[in-house]
Amino acid sequence: MIELKNLTKSFDGRNVVENVSFSFYKGKTNLVIGESGSGKTTLLKMMVGLYQPNNGSVLYDGRDFTALSEHEKQGVRKEIGMLFQGGALFDSMTLEQNVKFPLDMFTQMTEAEKVDRVNFCLEKVKLMDKNALYPSELSGGMKKRAALARAIANSPNYLFCDEPNSGLDPKTSIVIDALISDITHEFNITTVIITHDMNSVMEIGENVMFIHQGQNWWTGTKDEILKTNNKELYDFVFASEFIKKVYKEKV
Amino acid sequence: MKPLYHLGRYFLLMMRVFSKPEKFSIYFRQIIYEINSLGTGSLGLISIISVFMGGVITIQSAYNFTSPFIPLYAVGLGTRESIVLEFSPTIISLILAGKVGSNIASEIGTMRISEQIDALEIMGINSASYLILPKVLAAMFINPFLIIISMFLGVLGGYLMGVSTGACTSYEYIYGIQSFFIPFNVYYSLTKTVVFAFIITSVSAYHGYYTSGGALEVGQASTKSVVYNSILILIANLIITQIMLV
Repeated sequence: MIELKNLTKSFDGRNVVENVSFSFYKGKTNLVIGESGSGKTTLLKMMVGLYQPNNGSVLYDGRDFTALSEHEKQGVRKEIGMLFQGGALFDSMTLEQNVKFPLDMFTQMTEAEKVDRVNFCLEKVKLMDKNALYPSELSGGMKKRAALARAIANSPNYLFCDEPNSGLDPKTSIVIDALISDITHEFNITTVIITHDMNSVMEIGENVMFIHQGQNWWTGTKDEILKTNNKELYDFVFASEFIKKVYKEKV
Repeated sequence: MKPLYHLGRYFLLMMRVFSKPEKFSIYFRQIIYEINSLGTGSLGLISIISVFMGGVITIQSAYNFTSPFIPLYAVGLGTRESIVLEFSPTIISLILAGKVGSNIASEIGTMRISEQIDALEIMGINSASYLILPKVLAAMFINPFLIIISMFLGVLGGYLMGVSTGACTSYEYIYGIQSFFIPFNVYYSLTKTVVFAFIITSVSAYHGYYTSGGALEVGQASTKSVVYNSILILIANLIITQIMLV
């Protein structure tokens, strides 16, 4: 479980994230949604320690991450897997080497054990036959799946996904969402997904926080989101006239 | 205050670079990779430049030694001294600052803007050390070998041009390059090379590591690294020469 307590971050005197408190639960797909520029990515970067918050704390199963030294933070980070928006795969390594990299760095596994683990992760994201390819040879969806395989290679306790569906077609987006959801439930990990894709919310939104102007504006589940009276959330969810029409017809 | 800001940030980065590696075997593998990439990859360019520059130095020396009181073996002697003292260590390092330096800055800069450095950090890896230390150590190890090869090829180029153009005879040139040899000059030259290698890799890596923005900024970081490397190499050259030769 990850808890945010009164998290605040400002740049040049302007609060980008303001007093955000929320709990992300283990074994659930926790979503942070909001418009572009609402502070989602800043929030994520504070959670993983890329930004130091001006105020507040991030607790990883009770451990105050913000109060740890850089060395201690590195220890916690070994329990984190992250799927970046662009994949962030290492260009100079093949897909197999990318997935094996965290195992090489942090485990005492034998070469055979590492290969087994890499194969398991690639099998999970259905990229077994692409292991010898370089990132530049993969499509956008494959890169996301490969990055997901690398993120889970070291059996993380916490999985972060930054806009996992950006730049993907709806069909591939559903595949990525399903993979993240399966991994979360199968390995019982705490998954935090930053997104503004409403399809993802409706597919896998078990615990949702809507962030608006840097603040925690609404919390709930995917079933509650369509019935909301919150004006900003309503405007966000039903930004498309088409979705509004379809929902009204359905109701 | 900007120079002080950059200086402070550079030293803080170097402190991170020279902290204890996570896993020595991985770093060792990276060092071997970088030795091949930085060293072998530059060998062709260095060889061509050295042979031609050696030839030019010989012709220019012969052209200037018109007095009958100056023996022709001075052509070989002058070529050797020019190459060992200045051409190979300094000019080749300036060329490497352009080739290797811009390569390092753009490689690390691209990793920064494509979030690969963030990925390393989130995995719990000291990205500064993992990316920069192997390059620094590899260059400090391999560059002296490159410079020795450059010295040899420069002197060889001088011989080929001197003899083929009739600027001096084979005997005079070989006698010249063997005369008044001071081994300390090679030591001085290699010391400069090691310092220049450190400057080239660390300054380029600094510019790449703190790149922000997009492709335009990566290009700017690459250009900046070449400019700063060149200036710093010239300053370091002056200081080391003053300390070691005067």
